[in-house]
Amino acid sequence: MNTSTILLAVAGGVLIGVGSAIATVVSGRIPGISGVFGRLFRPKYGDSLWRVVFLCGLMFGAVMTMLLFPSAAEYRPMAPLAWIPIAGLLVGIGTRVGGGCTSGHGVCGVGSGAIDSIVATMVFMAAAIATVFVIHHPGA
Amino acid sequence: MRKLILLFVAGGMFGSGLAMSGMTNPARVIGFLDIFGAWDPTLAFVMGGAVGSYAIAMAVFRLRWPASCPAQDRKGPISKRLVLGAVLFGIGWGIAGFCPGPALADFAALRIEALWFVPAMAIGMILSQRFLGADRD
Repeated sequence: MNTSTILLAVAGGVLIGVGSAIATVVSGRIPGISGVFGRLFRPKYGDSLWRVVFLCGLMFGAVMTMLLFPSAAEYRPMAPLAWIPIAGLLVGIGTRVGGGCTSGHGVCGVGSGAIDSIVATMVFMAAAIATVFVIHHPGA
Repeated sequence: MRKLILLFVAGGMFGSGLAMSGMTNPARVIGFLDIFGAWDPTLAFVMGGAVGSYAIAMAVFRLRWPASCPAQDRKGPISKRLVLGAVLFGIGWGIAGFCPGPALADFAALRIEALWFVPAMAIGMILSQRFLGADRD
């Protein structure tokens, strides 16, 4: 990792943080991606429009950035395709049962000093580190 | 309408930040989580930038538009559900290197793994909201 990687990482982080803060004020909700996306499947909320618009913005911004900057388009999958649906199911169940993901708990919650989000973030980081250790260092 | 434009811009900043910082690349995410291997600290800089700028931006917004900001709950209960959910999420994140935001970004970029991951994630969310009592507010 070199200086430009660090600068791009911090700059990207600031875009994520400020984008989340704007979405918090405009929507009046904590705009964690798992909650914004998951609640699309609960039409009783009747507020699908802002969720769809925010997520379309996310997808548009990501794709445009990948098209403009070759470094942003770097992509290397890390799991066999057969494992992907299992990972997706676990992420879907875990984020909704635990009430947040890397953005809702990790960015907005930790950024607000919320104790439960700090605990959740430490727990999912630890679980992810343990999982990667088991998968990538077999026999260790 | 103004609100929706702002939300699209906010989402665009979020997505652009994810791609720019390399978080849409599972290899970078797994590289960060692999602390016993060739550790890649990039994600720590992304999280640092995001958490710090969110805290500062919200402090400013709370002064300027206090009525629009959701109530701050700093002492939400640390329940079994919170911990169990975080463990399941962490395992899934560690397997594939996708959390929800990057998964949606890579879905839009038509990456084959994300095209499988996002529908599975949606099914997991629907199941937990319907049968596991998630999101009862």
